[in-house]
Amino acid sequence: MSADKFSNPVVRWIDHRLPIFTFMDHELNEYPTPKNLNYFWNFGSLAGISLVIMIVTGIVLAMSYTPHVDYAFQSVERIMRDVNHGWLIRYIHMNGASFFFIVVFIHIFRGLYYGSYKAPRELLWILGVLILLLMMATAFMGYVLPWGQMSFWGATVITNLFSAIPMVGDSIVTLLWGGFSVDNPTLNRFFALHYLMPFLIVGVVILHLVALHRFGSNNPIGIDPSGPQDTVPFHPYYTIKDFFGLSIFLSLFAATIFFFPNFMGHPDNYIPANPMQTPAHIVPEWYFLPFYAILRAVPDKLGGVLAMFGAIAVLFILPWLDRSPIRSGNFRPIFRIFFWVFVADCVALGYLGGMPAEGIYVVLSRVATAWYFLHFLAILPLLSVIETPRPLPQSLSKSVLGGTAMAGAASAVKEKV
Amino acid sequence: MMKWYQAIIFSSALFASNAFAAGSGDVVLKHKDWSFNGPFGTLDKAAMQRGFQAYREICASCHSLDYIAFRNLSDLGYSAAEIKAFAAEYDVEDGPNDEGEMFVRPGIAADRFPSPYPNDAAARAGNNGAYPPDLSLITKARAKGPDYLYSLLTSYKDAPEDKEVPDGMYYNVAYPGQLIAMPQPIYGEDVTYADGAPTDVSAIASDLVYFLTWTAEPSLEKRKRTGVKVLIFLLIMVGMSYGAMKFIWADIKKA
Repeated sequence: MSADKFSNPVVRWIDHRLPIFTFMDHELNEYPTPKNLNYFWNFGSLAGISLVIMIVTGIVLAMSYTPHVDYAFQSVERIMRDVNHGWLIRYIHMNGASFFFIVVFIHIFRGLYYGSYKAPRELLWILGVLILLLMMATAFMGYVLPWGQMSFWGATVITNLFSAIPMVGDSIVTLLWGGFSVDNPTLNRFFALHYLMPFLIVGVVILHLVALHRFGSNNPIGIDPSGPQDTVPFHPYYTIKDFFGLSIFLSLFAATIFFFPNFMGHPDNYIPANPMQTPAHIVPEWYFLPFYAILRAVPDKLGGVLAMFGAIAVLFILPWLDRSPIRSGNFRPIFRIFFWVFVADCVALGYLGGMPAEGIYVVLSRVATAWYFLHFLAILPLLSVIETPRPLPQSLSKSVLGGTAMAGAASAVKEKV
Repeated sequence: MMKWYQAIIFSSALFASNAFAAGSGDVVLKHKDWSFNGPFGTLDKAAMQRGFQAYREICASCHSLDYIAFRNLSDLGYSAAEIKAFAAEYDVEDGPNDEGEMFVRPGIAADRFPSPYPNDAAARAGNNGAYPPDLSLITKARAKGPDYLYSLLTSYKDAPEDKEVPDGMYYNVAYPGQLIAMPQPIYGEDVTYADGAPTDVSAIASDLVYFLTWTAEPSLEKRKRTGVKVLIFLLIMVGMSYGAMKFIWADIKKA
């Protein structure tokens, strides 16, 4: 890894003193990556690109936005009408949040199915959950900024949740609001924090990448590459694959922005905020609906808040709940069924979160919430004990051969872990 | 590999979220095939001009249009001179002048449409306590806005026997709860169009929908036109990057 691999003398001069080019060559060019990654491994880079898109469009929007209760809604409409291509920037930012969450949710479910949270990638996983948490806070505060009806009432409902905390709850809410109701100070601090938090996310993303590059990517087989024959250099193999994935992503993203930009939004947010008039149904953005359903499923306010945060908290300890040494769901016949049941459960929670909290929806929300926690706290620990995994291939290269050569490989992996 | 039904689970997660916004309960909506629907949709300029006239002669006595300036009317195909003439019909308060006095002057192209009421309280007071909403964003601020607006304007009916309609309220099957404070605004032949277009209730309502769809999003046509170009570019990019990927990966035995 010496500097003479670069032919340009300026690059060589700099690299000798500041090995930035060696670093980039090592981490982005020759970085050995399992050669059997499927398209679900595209979503990590897509998430990173989404973050960049959000930051760039967000900074441009901030140049024309006014964080004041009397002007915020108008300033957004001014961006839509009078700022050059403001409508485009704003629709990208607005739908970008949704697409960022779509990408990150798929990225997380990929990690869940292929056991990417297992040793030695526990910290990588935990940093990822932290990113999710920061994203949720950022998105929530961003949705408040246009100061429409859903902005205002969503902010009122969600910030009020903190009042459930015993002793200090009310003080926390007053602190969040900067007063005694959601008002101008709330909007101001949310704007300041909405601008700050993406950069915190960038910081955690860098740590996430450092942790990733320590052991490299997991893969669909879930066993470690046994040598150079199992890996390819990141460039050009995965740069081009990520680029192909990016072009598909951008096509779907652009189709949404240009042809149905308001599909994932709520019409009420085109009505200016009115503290005197509560909308018929207060619903958060779609990506919060599963968590909203969990919140409402518990009849007790504090219990609901704990369950909602618990739904994220349980992800932090996932590496110690699922003790099975087999990473990939492909080799875990029972886990695999429960995984898809869990996906269906999350989709059901999302649907129920958008429905009014009455009648059958309440019952279904409770069942789905119970299942969510049951999956992590009972099913996964139990499966790690009772499930007999299918035999693992000996190496990534041989995984296509199948047959008797693989018998007994599962126990070999167990020893390694 | 993801099976088709697994793909459906993923995508239904998206669509489920929007289901609540679309079905706001007990209203009966009529669906029309608007020219601005679809990726190649355009706004009908003649209909927008008629809708503009209908807005001025029917709606504008109660409803403001805060986000539209006279200059924006060039989108409807009016010339600078016509826009100047429209603007001059309105009195606009300006000032303070050098003496510190407010004064009234004829409108200019840069002015926004003056509101019919000086403030929200006056608007309520003039309408039995019901606030006539600003119409600039109305088609975006209601679920299925264009269909909703069209239905609302054409669905005033006599209330059924068992439905009690209080004083100052009107029966309308397109309005949530069926009781609306706005009296029926269009009866047919309320306006006389210069181009001789029909002036029955549904024709005027339809013209208003075109006009107010434009006011809600003046960039609508430009957005769709740009979108077609961007997507053509991106689809070519998909094809080329796929080819490049296959070319680069050709020498690797896929594990």
